[in-house]
Amino acid sequence: MVLHRLLRACVSTGLTILLGGLFAATLARFAPGFGVDEREFDPRRGVASLQDLRARRQAVGNIVSYYGGYLARMAQGDLGVSQSLGRPVAELLAERLPVTAKAAGAGLLLGWLPGLLLALATCRPSKTLDLAAGVLSALLLCLPSAVVALALLFAAPTGLRPSVAVGVAVAIVVFPRVLRFARGILGQVAVAPHVQMASAKGVGPYRILIAHILGPALPSLLALAGVSISVAFGAAIPVEVITDSPGIGQLAWQAALQRDVALLTSLGILVTTITVAANSLAGVVQDCLRQETA
Amino acid sequence: MSSLRRLAMLILVLVYAAGLAANWLAPAHYAAQFRDAPDAAPSRKFPLGTDAVGRDVLSRLIYGTRVSLVLAPAAAILATMVAGLLGGVAGYLGGGMEAVILRAADLFVSLPWLFLLITVRAMLPLNVPPVESVLVTFLLLGLLGWAGPARVVGATARVIRRQDFVLQARASGSGGFRLLALHVLPNLKPILLAQFWISVPVFILSEANLGFLGLGVGEPVPSWGGLLREIENVQAVAANPWLLAPLALLVVVVGCFHLLTPPEDYSK
Repeated sequence: MVLHRLLRACVSTGLTILLGGLFAATLARFAPGFGVDEREFDPRRGVASLQDLRARRQAVGNIVSYYGGYLARMAQGDLGVSQSLGRPVAELLAERLPVTAKAAGAGLLLGWLPGLLLALATCRPSKTLDLAAGVLSALLLCLPSAVVALALLFAAPTGLRPSVAVGVAVAIVVFPRVLRFARGILGQVAVAPHVQMASAKGVGPYRILIAHILGPALPSLLALAGVSISVAFGAAIPVEVITDSPGIGQLAWQAALQRDVALLTSLGILVTTITVAANSLAGVVQDCLRQETA
Repeated sequence: MSSLRRLAMLILVLVYAAGLAANWLAPAHYAAQFRDAPDAAPSRKFPLGTDAVGRDVLSRLIYGTRVSLVLAPAAAILATMVAGLLGGVAGYLGGGMEAVILRAADLFVSLPWLFLLITVRAMLPLNVPPVESVLVTFLLLGLLGWAGPARVVGATARVIRRQDFVLQARASGSGGFRLLALHVLPNLKPILLAQFWISVPVFILSEANLGFLGLGVGEPVPSWGGLLREIENVQAVAANPWLLAPLALLVVVVGCFHLLTPPEDYSK
């Protein structure tokens, strides 16, 4: 059963990634300037040479053949060359991805830990704590991630490493979302009849919290974890730009400003793969947990 | 309605009124430059000072409010309409159509929102006239923001499709478009309204982030995102804290929208 679910998730993930690639390739194919070849303006080229260039361009003019060609090259590890940076895209991604992955990972951990702990704490009736958690999450949710990064640079001591700044900024972006949704999820479980029954039977508050509230809420929290990966990667873009951290967020911004289509297409597929895979994995574990509970 | 929500509504009404009356309320045109007073401190003539090229910050803030607060809800309406149509059709028809629409929605939801925005924005002409850049930015928000709401709408339409009154209407000979238009879509109204309220602050913050990255509304047209770029210079903000006025207004307005947003149903 688990194997069947895993297989289904893999197929679904693969399909979504292929669809993501097609979407990126369609955007690239119809972007202004696609197909303009500077070599055509070279006066040394003869008629036959020009005709050859146009024929080659027409061959990739069709979106299906363009995408097919892209996938075939990708299968061989060739993601093309970045027009703006003049380097192979695969090399750039291999260099930049670990920087973002480390910072986003640390940010997720730093955002989730206090977020979940505070959400768990608000399960016990305390008006002050409830109000404080509500105000804190509402205030942080109102800030654009770029401003969070800037505020951090302003407040942080000089010499703070960019990757540390990105991690902390991502944590500040993730924390209020985790707190808000986890509070909602845990709050719903906390008023369920089985919790009231456990409480009436004299079960201790910590045992209720861990076994009777956190346990049943785990599948929904896992879904939230999957979504928060996408949030962390999204937040990394402005944060890396502001903090000058050489990750894929900064690379995406540079590619967007330079209209580096090859780089943007590959980045699109990479980010889709990471987020879809994380969500699918969370989905499979969630299904297994639900089945176990049932 | 609680007193806090009433206060939020009042603040929003006042900010909207100020934005809509920008032509009368703003002391100067948003592009007017007072070249003898660049980076001026707040004074009677310039209540929030001037920027580096001598433009009145208060005037730009009022005009920027109009751009952000009128177009973000317009983009939210567009996103909600697309979500209502696609989600409604997916939930109502089911089968292959539902699978295709939900798979596309999954893809859009999986991609980080800002990444999707800057990628699509980069594929569109970057050097467009300022007014066109306003439309491009908000149209993009509207057209790309459909996926999350569409999933919620699709799930609700699926439930409605199986309800007794729909079965009865179907048994009475009603079907196809008539059933969708008369029985399914009207019952999606509360969900669509909730999705609209959720989308507005998201779009305001997205425009702010895009503007901060230089991919939003083009100069000299002001928007909150564009105005926030002024605070990029941390030293300047430390010396002139009134440059934070656009950020303060943004936080207050987004906070008010959050207060007015109906609470999420976590069981879905």
